[in-house]
Amino acid sequence: MDDKIVTQGLNAYFGDVHAIKGIDIHIPSNAITAIIGPSGCGKSTLIRCMNRMHEVMRGARVTGKVLLDGQDIYSSQMDPVLVRTKVGMVFQKPNPFPTMSIYDNVVAGMRLNGERNWRKLDAVVERSLKLAALWDEVKHQLDASGVSISGGQQQRLCIARALAVEPEALLLDEPCSALDPIATAKIEDLLFDLKDKYTIVIVTHNMQQAARVADFTAFMYLGELVEFGVTKKVFENPDKELTEKYITGRFG
Amino acid sequence: MAKRKGLRSRRRPPRFGGDLVFEYSVMGAATLTLALVWLLVVRMVFDSQASIERFGFGFLSGGVWDPNRDVYGALPFIFGTLLTTGIAVLIGVPLSIGIAVYLSELAPPWLRGPLSSVVELLAAVPSVIYGLWAMYTLRPVMVNSVEPFLKSLLGWTPLFQGDPVGLDKFTAGIILAIMIIPTIASVSKEAMMAVPESQREAALSLGATRYETTRMAVLSYARSGIFGACILGLGRAVGETMAVTMTIGNANKISWSLLDPGQTMASLIANNWGEAQGLQLSALIEVGLVLFAVALAVNIFARLMVGRFMKNIPATGGGL
Repeated sequence: MDDKIVTQGLNAYFGDVHAIKGIDIHIPSNAITAIIGPSGCGKSTLIRCMNRMHEVMRGARVTGKVLLDGQDIYSSQMDPVLVRTKVGMVFQKPNPFPTMSIYDNVVAGMRLNGERNWRKLDAVVERSLKLAALWDEVKHQLDASGVSISGGQQQRLCIARALAVEPEALLLDEPCSALDPIATAKIEDLLFDLKDKYTIVIVTHNMQQAARVADFTAFMYLGELVEFGVTKKVFENPDKELTEKYITGRFG
Repeated sequence: MAKRKGLRSRRRPPRFGGDLVFEYSVMGAATLTLALVWLLVVRMVFDSQASIERFGFGFLSGGVWDPNRDVYGALPFIFGTLLTTGIAVLIGVPLSIGIAVYLSELAPPWLRGPLSSVVELLAAVPSVIYGLWAMYTLRPVMVNSVEPFLKSLLGWTPLFQGDPVGLDKFTAGIILAIMIIPTIASVSKEAMMAVPESQREAALSLGATRYETTRMAVLSYARSGIFGACILGLGRAVGETMAVTMTIGNANKISWSLLDPGQTMASLIANNWGEAQGLQLSALIEVGLVLFAVALAVNIFARLMVGRFMKNIPATGGGL
C-alpha cells in the first residue's frame, strides 16, 4: 500500500514549547488512520502540521519534512494555500460560516477558486452533501443558515464543505467530541464510506471509535510517537507497555 | 410580569427598609433619564412654537434664512449636514475598516496594543482642537494642493465648481472623517477580534488566502458590529458642531459644489444663538428639533439594521 503522507523528523513548537518531538509516521493511502493519546500529547498539532495549519498560530513553527505524495509541503516552492486545498480539515467544534446559507457553506471553497457556473456549483452541493450523508436531511432547506441545523448536521456540513474542494486527504480533529452517539455513529459510517476515495486521518479521544473505524492506529505520548500499526494489533497485542496501559485504562 | 412570577416570587421574600430604599433610589435615577429626554423635547417644541406656526412644514423645504425679512427655512442646513456627513462617511468608513483589519488581523502583538491605544486616544481629542488644526494645518494644504488638483481632475462635475478657498464643505467633510475614524476603527476592531478563531481556521483550511479569510470569515461574521460602528461614527458626524463651524465657511445657501462654503444645522445654531431673538430664535430651536429628529432617525435605523444582520449570528457575534 502506498503512503499518502510521510513525516520525517517532524518537530513542532509553540514559542518555547516543544509540542511534537521528531515524529516519523507513514499515513497509508485510502485508509483510515486514527491518532490516539492523552490530552496535550500533540495529536492535533501533528495533523495540523500535515496541511500547514499549525503555522497560522502565533509563535508556532515547524521543522522537519512532511511529504505529500513524495513532495515536501514545507519546501519553499510549496504554496500553503495549495497544500490546504489538497489536504482538507474538519475541526473539533463544528464551524460553518453563520452568515452563509447551507448551499453557500458547501461551495465556499469552490467560490474561492473563482467557480461561478451555477450548474457546476449545484452539482457539487448535491454530490458533497450526499457524500457527507446530509443531503436527504437538508435538501429542502439549502437556503437556511449554516447554523440553523443541529450540531451533528453542522459537523457533516463541515465535512461536505471540506469535500467540495476535492481534497486528496481529509484530516479530522476530534470531529465527534461535541456530538451525541447517534450523530457520532453517522459520521463514523460516513468515514467508512469515504475511505475508498480519500486518505483519512482522525484524531480521537474515544478509543472505541478508533477501534471501530480505523485501519491503522498511532499512539502518541508527550509529543512522541510511541506506537504505530494495524489497529487490531495495536489494540490487542501492542508492542509497547505504555500503549497497553493507555488502552486498558491503567494509565499514570 | 405574570410569566416570570413563579421563580421570582420564590427568590424574593417580602422586602423591608434598606432594600426598598435602594430599589426606589436606583429606579429614580433610571426614571430621571426618561424625564430628561421628555423635558428636552417638550421645551424645544414649546420654544419653537412661533416658528412652527408661522412656517409649518414649509420650514423643512424653505431655502431662505433671512433675519432682515424674518423668513426662515431649514433646507440649506439639512442639505449641509447630509452632504458633510456623506463626505465624512465616504472617506472615513473605508479608512476605518482598513485600520481595524490591520489591527485585528495583521498587526504583530507588540504593535497592536500601542496602535490601538493611539487610535482610541484620537477619539478623546476635543473637537475644538480638531477645528484649530483644520484651520491652520489642513486648510493651507487644501487650498494649495488638494482642491486645485481635484478641480483640475473633476472640475467638469457640479461638485467641484468655484475657486478653492479652503473653508468649505469639503474641508469640513474631511475633518469630520478624521474625527469619526477613531470611533469606527476601534469599535470595528473589537467586533473583528471577537470573531472566533475557528472561523478563520475554517476559511484557511479551504485554501483561502489571508485576504480571503478576512473577507469570508472575519468581515462577514463581524458585519453587524462593523455596521454599528459606522452608525456610531455617523451619529457623531451629524451632530458635530465646533470643528465644522470653524471650517465650513458659514454660508446660508444651497450649493452642490463642495468647494463652496455651507452651513450645517449644528453650525447654524452655534453661529447664531448669541444674537438671535424673537422669531429667529424660535426658528433656530426648530432647527435643533430637526437635528434631534435626524439623530433619532439615524439611531432607530441603525438598530433596525443591526437587528436584521444579527439574525443569523450567534449571540457573541455582535460586539456592539
